[in-house]
Amino acid sequence: MRFLTSSRRHKAARPILVALALVLIGGLYAAVSPATNSSADDTTTTAQIAQGRQLFAVSCASCHGLNGEGLAAEGAPSLVGVGAAAVDFQVRSGRMPMANPLVQAPRKENTFTDEERAALAAFVASLGGGPSIPTEDQYTPEGLSEEAIAKGGDLFRTNCSACHNFQGSGGALPNGKVAPPLIGLEAIDIYEAMRTGPGQMPIFNGAAIPDTDVQAMVGYLDELHAQPSAGLTLGGLGPVSEGLWAWIAGMGSLVLFAMWITSKAARK
Amino acid sequence: MARPAQVSPEVPAAQALSAPAAAPAAGVGGWFDDRAPVSGFAKKALRKAFPDHWSFLLGEVALYSFIILLLTGVFLTVWFKPSMAEVEYAGTYQLLHGVPMSEAFASTLAISFDIRGGLLVRQIHHWAAMLFVASMTVHMLRVFFTGAFRKPREVNWLIGVGLLSMGLVEGFAGYSLPDDLLSGTGLRFVDGLVRSIPIIGTWAEFFIFNGEFPGDLVIPRLYMVHILLVPGLLLGLISAHMALLVYHKHTHFPGPGRKDTNVVGGPLFPVYVAKAGGFFFIVFGVTILMGALMQINPVWLFGPYNPAQVTAGSQPDWYMGFVEGAIRIIPNWETHLLGTTWSWNIFLPGVGLMGLLFTGLGLYPFIEQWITGDTAEHHVLDRPRNVPTRTALGVAGMTCYAMFWLSGGNDILATQFGVSLNDVTQVMRVAVFVAPVIAFIVTKRLCLSLQRKDRERVLHGSESGILVRTPDGGYTEAHVPLEQEEAFILTQHHQPAALEPSVGTDARGVRRRGKRVGGLRVRLSQWYADGAIAKPTAADIADAGHHGEAADAVETTPPAGELSGAASSGKGEGH
Ligand code: HEC
Ligand code: HEC
Ligand code: HEM
Repeated sequence: MRFLTSSRRHKAARPILVALALVLIGGLYAAVSPATNSSADDTTTTAQIAQGRQLFAVSCASCHGLNGEGLAAEGAPSLVGVGAAAVDFQVRSGRMPMANPLVQAPRKENTFTDEERAALAAFVASLGGGPSIPTEDQYTPEGLSEEAIAKGGDLFRTNCSACHNFQGSGGALPNGKVAPPLIGLEAIDIYEAMRTGPGQMPIFNGAAIPDTDVQAMVGYLDELHAQPSAGLTLGGLGPVSEGLWAWIAGMGSLVLFAMWITSKAARK
Repeated sequence: MARPAQVSPEVPAAQALSAPAAAPAAGVGGWFDDRAPVSGFAKKALRKAFPDHWSFLLGEVALYSFIILLLTGVFLTVWFKPSMAEVEYAGTYQLLHGVPMSEAFASTLAISFDIRGGLLVRQIHHWAAMLFVASMTVHMLRVFFTGAFRKPREVNWLIGVGLLSMGLVEGFAGYSLPDDLLSGTGLRFVDGLVRSIPIIGTWAEFFIFNGEFPGDLVIPRLYMVHILLVPGLLLGLISAHMALLVYHKHTHFPGPGRKDTNVVGGPLFPVYVAKAGGFFFIVFGVTILMGALMQINPVWLFGPYNPAQVTAGSQPDWYMGFVEGAIRIIPNWETHLLGTTWSWNIFLPGVGLMGLLFTGLGLYPFIEQWITGDTAEHHVLDRPRNVPTRTALGVAGMTCYAMFWLSGGNDILATQFGVSLNDVTQVMRVAVFVAPVIAFIVTKRLCLSLQRKDRERVLHGSESGILVRTPDGGYTEAHVPLEQEEAFILTQHHQPAALEPSVGTDARGVRRRGKRVGGLRVRLSQWYADGAIAKPTAADIADAGHHGEAADAVETTPPAGELSGAASSGKGEGH
């Protein structure tokens, strides 16, 4: 105690205290500042991005360019700003990497592991913003009320059925493109598709359709597809397939019956 | 026979002659006969001849499906509420809970989910509607291709055309009643059609919808049309159709003893009454099975009509598909004139095509009569091959219709067959014009080669399937002469010559009486009769008998090494 009180008046006290304060503030700043939570996390992200860059160079760069800038010659768009969600969606659904240039990338088997997909997503996200991969509570329809789900149906018919058909059976678009069927998809597929707008599909961002509404639509589609139908659904394509069946099954069988009846004639 | 005349005191002779009046008849029939002369009529009716061919039952399918529609329709009217007042749904179907909708839609949902058997009846009603129009269509094709529309049945043909058009209206009105997303889209379509009519369009729209689309009256109005107006017209037309049928009696396919002056077939009673009755239950059974097993018009999936919504796969029922198709493929033609818009892109395919179809159908018998100059009565049917031009025209018409029809499902074709929507549309724009021409040419050729085959058969008999080896090593297939019945069928038809141009004056310069046959008519007539393969005459047949033997003799002595050639010259390909 004595020492302290006496040394406070020591000549060197002030500069030492200033230095100590600086060290303390610096240390505190280092502890609190987000820029410096580097150590472990930072190295994984950098490593992930590096892995993503490598994978990208191998599988994607031939079309999208080494830095995802897009190659007009391949008709592949720039990936700057499409976001991690777009990559997650395109790769999980097997659309990317596109096998050969087609009108539209078809769904196919995804050959990347989850880790590789995350790496690709991280790399593309590092090129610049865009929607990130959603967490489960953003898209899961768990715990929605009946009314919310019915509202999801209304939203679906307002926003999606024009292209995807009233029960998500899919539909045709100009120039050989199609809106694919929405049957048997994961909730996250629907969320990411809406937020990233693949191909011809418009982007439905959070300002237009908040997460709760997306959940309601996911819930509606799930319940709709779980409903029992009133008989064979004939493809769920609407009146065209009904008409076809009226002719084939209906008229066809009646004509056969007519032949049967008249062939069993009481011959003259 | 008891006649109303028996009560007339001025003709005692007639009374004396009519036996039943002398002694009151006994039994139930007698009771009726004393009041209305039923038994005579019934006896006649029961002995009506009914020819035996499956295609004669197509009209019956139409009749029976109409009866089924009446029965199931009455059931639906008990619960259906034709009102466009808005309610919030609170019924059993959870996925629409709290969604605002019209009472019409809510009551259709109630029929589907809350009324016992309601969904089944709705589905039967809808399937029966599809079959009603389909069977009318096939029935009409049968009548067309066999020439059953010829004199004296032209009026009945016209009634038939009326029935078909009323069937379309009735079906469309019914389809619109539930007020779901598809039916509302369909109504919107009709709204566009009405508005595209030049000059009066907008006015007509306001008249029909009582203001701007959709208004709040169109469903009640369509309801009246659907359950009262058109069914009434249909019933009236059907009665007239049946009355004329009884009056003219049936036509029959050619055969020995079948003439333009008689009808050959089994008596209506008991065999045909049993068959027809049984057939009613078959038709009913088929529609019930379809209603029970196959989902149709699942309105709960479409949701209520909302002008802001639309769905892929918005199509009308099949019988309106050709109009839909025409609208889908027509280029976007519009004229702007003095501040008005003339939407040819909707008017031509919509109003124009339907008008063309029904006018064409209605006029056809008269046009054909004019071209052929055939004013005789016909009760024996044509075999389609013997009237190649008509048959080819019919097939061309069907092809054109089919192309429009396919265009109506262009989006479904695109997705199901993985082709581009634009390509389908482009192809169809051409196909609508080209395919009928190809169909015409192919059909006509086919008819003519069938005629040729008939001629061969008559002249050379049928293949026996027995290859004969002659002593000198040749092979031949023995031909057996045709049964007389078949030979008759193959040769009974008339082959009218084309019309000759008639000169306005005769040899002495006197004006001829009667109608002039002008150049256009002669040319059409020649085109119509063109190419017919002369049917064998009796002399030909007699000749062929000898010729056949001579030919056999030739065929039996082929040069060695041509055995296979000889065998195939025996026309063995066709078995
Ligand atoms: C054969 C060329 C090709 C290859 C290889 C390819 N892409 Fe693509 N990619 C395309 C084309 C073309 C499109 C545009 C597709 C469309 O619009 O349907 C596209 C679109 C995308 C999109 C959507 C962009 C947006 O605007 O939403 C993403 C994300 C994407 N690619 C990622 C990848 C990734 C990651 C890879 C490698 C795993 C890859 N691509 C490989 C051609 C390719
Ligand atoms: C303009 C037409 C259009 C509209 C509107 C539209 N989509 Fe799409 N959608 C598409 C097309 C086209 C694709 C396919 C994109 C591709 O593969 O490149 C697609 C793909 C999808 C997919 C991916 C399916 C798969 O197989 O992976 C989902 C999920 C989806 N849409 C959901 C929706 C939802 C939900 C809505 C309404 C909010 C909607 N879409 C609105 C055109 C549309
Ligand atoms: C006079 C007899 C008829 C009556 C009383 C009747 C009554 C009705 C009623 C009340 C509805 C609405 C209820 C509903 O949609 O569930 C309806 C629907 C319908 N009607 Fe009729 N109808 C009759 C004849 C016909 C005929 C002749 C046709 C076809 C040409 C037809 C075709 C339709 C169709 C397509 C629907 C829509 C069915 C659906 O909802 O899936 N109806 N009818």
